[in-house]
Amino acid sequence: MRSPDDWLLLLEEVPDPEIPVLNVVEMGIVRGVKSTDSAVEVSITPTYMGCPAMDAIADDIRSQLGPMAEEEGKSLTVDLVYAPAWTTDWLTDSAKDKLERYGIAPPGTTADKRALNGADPVVRCPRCKGKQTSLVSLFGSTACKAHYRCDDCAEPFDHFKCI
Amino acid sequence: MNARFEYLLRLGDDALILGQQLGFWTGHGPVLEEDIALTNIGLDQIGQARAWLTLAGKTEETGRDEDHLAFFRDQSEFRNALLCERPNGHFGDTITRQFLFDAYAVALHAGLSTSLDPEIAAIARKSAKESAYHLRHSRAWMVRLGDGTEESRRKIQASVNDLMPYVGDLFHSDDVTREAVSAGWGTDPASLRHPWESTVAEALAEAGLDRPGPGPEQTGGREGKHTEQLSFLLAEMQVLPRTYPDASW
Repeated sequence: MRSPDDWLLLLEEVPDPEIPVLNVVEMGIVRGVKSTDSAVEVSITPTYMGCPAMDAIADDIRSQLGPMAEEEGKSLTVDLVYAPAWTTDWLTDSAKDKLERYGIAPPGTTADKRALNGADPVVRCPRCKGKQTSLVSLFGSTACKAHYRCDDCAEPFDHFKCI
Repeated sequence: MNARFEYLLRLGDDALILGQQLGFWTGHGPVLEEDIALTNIGLDQIGQARAWLTLAGKTEETGRDEDHLAFFRDQSEFRNALLCERPNGHFGDTITRQFLFDAYAVALHAGLSTSLDPEIAAIARKSAKESAYHLRHSRAWMVRLGDGTEESRRKIQASVNDLMPYVGDLFHSDDVTREAVSAGWGTDPASLRHPWESTVAEALAEAGLDRPGPGPEQTGGREGKHTEQLSFLLAEMQVLPRTYPDASW
């Protein structure tokens, strides 16, 4: 019989479908695991309300963990919860490092909600580490990212919005 | 009448109709970045609509889910504000409609974040982050277009003048909202007028645009009295699930 912590370790094997260098636990999408005699219950929360990856994430969790739950004679459910609202503060430092190595400028450390209040944060280019960067668009390739350009190396890049 | 159901339908339908409208911009944005921005905002609106309509369905207790409410209600059963169904028009029209709505949504979500109903508060707190970001975008465009060229200023001023009479539904109080307020789970729409007005006035001033004087306002969306624009929108949005009710991808 696996404990909730064991299930959490297994969930760390499930990658985020849009940002495969991070798993769904590091992303802060998995909010909890309960294991009872008859069921394993996983709670997930969306980064953005309309994030189309949520269905894919729930499916991935079911297909990767479902057979193991079945071995123990348990059902596996994945529930969507909205509270507390997801925040980039839940990304660990190691997750932020992985993002940067992957080419996505990570969100700042943030009680700093400048992105919401209008001021542009200083965003470091994930390639050349230059700090002369410009916001191209508040909206990038997915709901959770904005689009930037590096004025030093001239490369475009994604920045994980800070919310 | 189930006031909680009615109230949630209003929240859900505003987001759904606006989201659907923004979806029409896919592949038609004036530049690639705006194409992506408008559809990203649309995606957030659809996400919010799903949450509100799912909750509405649970409240109603007749087994209707988000899809059923979105695709199998007729025009007179929709409760969205008339502003949300105004045509996309040109980019400036869409941005103005979005700005007027975002300014309202920020105040609305802040108000609902303290709802005594934990499910409503949870969705509102999540939505609040998104609406603040949307407002930042639409407001920036109001300023850029108002303070841009002679032509952009003339066009965006016309958009403001055209759309302003349609905001009435957003601040309209009735028996549903009174029950929402007295039971502690909703906000009074009339109380949102003041914060909305100051957001709008400040942005228009910065954009060098005139705030059209107070005039008669169109209402009726909350009672299901809509303009013909909504019927075209629903026809396109609903045709597939109505033609193939059990279709799946």
